Amino acid sequence: MIKFENISKSYGQTAILKNISFEIKQGEFVVLIGPSGCGKTTTLKTINRLIEPNDGKIFINGKDITKENPVELRRTIGYVIQQIGLFPNMTVEQNISVVPRLLKYPKQKCKEIVQDLLKLVDMPYEENAHKYPSELSGGQQQRIGVLRALAASPPIILMDEPFGALDPLTRDTLQEEIKQIQKKLKKTIVFVTHDMDEALSLADTIIFMDKGKIIQMASPEEMLQNPGAPIIKSFLSKQIDNGSNGNGSQKLFAEDFMRTKVLKVPKTSRTLECIKLMSSRDVNSLVVINEDDTYLGTVTIEKIKEQGQPGKEIADLVTAEVITVGRKEAAQVAFDKLLSSESSYVIVLNDNQTVAGLITRTSMAKALGEALWGEVQ
Amino acid sequence: MSLIEFSLSSYNEVLKNLIRHVELVGISILLGILISIPLGIFLTRHKRMAGLVLALAGTIQTIPGLVMLGFALILIGIGMLPAIAVLTLYAILPILRNTYTGITEVDKSYTEASRGIGMTNMQTLFKVEIPIALPTIITGIRLSTVYIVSWATLAGLIGAGGLGDLIWTGLSTYNTNYILAGAIPSAILALILNGLIGLLEKILTPRGLRGSRV
Repeated sequence: MIKFENISKSYGQTAILKNISFEIKQGEFVVLIGPSGCGKTTTLKTINRLIEPNDGKIFINGKDITKENPVELRRTIGYVIQQIGLFPNMTVEQNISVVPRLLKYPKQKCKEIVQDLLKLVDMPYEENAHKYPSELSGGQQQRIGVLRALAASPPIILMDEPFGALDPLTRDTLQEEIKQIQKKLKKTIVFVTHDMDEALSLADTIIFMDKGKIIQMASPEEMLQNPGAPIIKSFLSKQIDNGSNGNGSQKLFAEDFMRTKVLKVPKTSRTLECIKLMSSRDVNSLVVINEDDTYLGTVTIEKIKEQGQPGKEIADLVTAEVITVGRKEAAQVAFDKLLSSESSYVIVLNDNQTVAGLITRTSMAKALGEALWGEVQ
Repeated sequence: MSLIEFSLSSYNEVLKNLIRHVELVGISILLGILISIPLGIFLTRHKRMAGLVLALAGTIQTIPGLVMLGFALILIGIGMLPAIAVLTLYAILPILRNTYTGITEVDKSYTEASRGIGMTNMQTLFKVEIPIALPTIITGIRLSTVYIVSWATLAGLIGAGGLGDLIWTGLSTYNTNYILAGAIPSAILALILNGLIGLLEKILTPRGLRGSRV
């Protein structure tokens, strides 16, 4: 699908990319990672010709991209940037449909595209299409940024640290969403990040770069088992140490990996206030507790929208679909349950049945890494 | 004779000069816009020239209006034409500077996004940069207009007419009524135009940009 052949790029004396070659298959989620200045963003930007290499060739579907008009080329490749870059003078609808409009799609078609895409991220058309970017939360803005990239159905999407500026909770949600979108729409995604957790939880293939060269290109599992160079090892463990308090090699429990910041609401909450809370925090479900603080279940935004009535209490909408584990349960058991579960997280309970925290797939990836390299340093 | 009596008796003369004043201001601002906005945009594409051109425009600004009018009188003669030429020169700088900074200060993330999704340079300019810089550009036009209204009173000196005529007549005959009949409408005109253009600025600012300037 995308093929790099001996790509080099330098600015004056400084070589940014040194003879890079690799191939990305159709439908693959590839994450470029490495320390800052390693050339990952430059690599990404050569694909849509925002940066022209000094040497080498890039082929997309066998066609040399230098033979194509850069403007036309970019319209067939989605692009998402860290600063989001939604046009502040355009509404959500205009932002999403900007590429279809450049391509002169008929009006009706543009509108359909916007409606379909907003459905994809659970942002109702009527409520959101006519808002301006400044009226959205950071997470919502980047959702629209992703939709803008998807609008003309490009087969390839380039993402340059798209979630880097978002708070961790929002980032987790968006990672989950982008992974689902990719599976559903079968896009080829090239994603730049400096966050190993993000790479591990998203990638089919990770390309690790350093000083303008590819150090290792492998699946997350393989990279975890077999880091190809000391720098990868240290990069991994550094990332992991930042993220937790380093539990070493003792027996690990569910509580060691849970995040304790959980949005809890009493079952007597009203539907509207729950919706407001969810949209302000960019989550699509809430943990519901009884009057005595014990765990009752969860409520999702879909459920409220389908069955909820304004002003009603949410008690009737609560389900117990999400799996729970005790905080002293072994980490392995908790992970098995999470992997076999439909939802993206499991809830950790204290002995007295109150909510202690929850474990997401990202916290699990973090834990796996730590179990492997916790003792390295 | 009181000012009110004077105004009533010389109503036609004041009105005629007021209309001429508006013509002088309107034409020179219009010409100023037609020159400055394209030039400002051109300079954002050729930043190396920007410093030189802006410095030159700034220097013109520092030359006293009387001197410029004198030159214009010698080069072009008397009447509206030399006055408009001089006023246009003075109108250029604020519009030029605001067009240039307005567009230069558009956040890089917007232009990177627009290029990255496949807009041509022209599309980036017209769909992204100009709309975002528009409030700043209009502020420049507002500044120019307000002070061209007051500078236009000098035009009376070279036979271009306008409210300046009344003021100069008053000054040379020690007649306060004439001075005030020129000065007060001129001040009111400046206030009204300031308000109108401010309103235009509000209307033309995209809703997404109101409140917080990006």
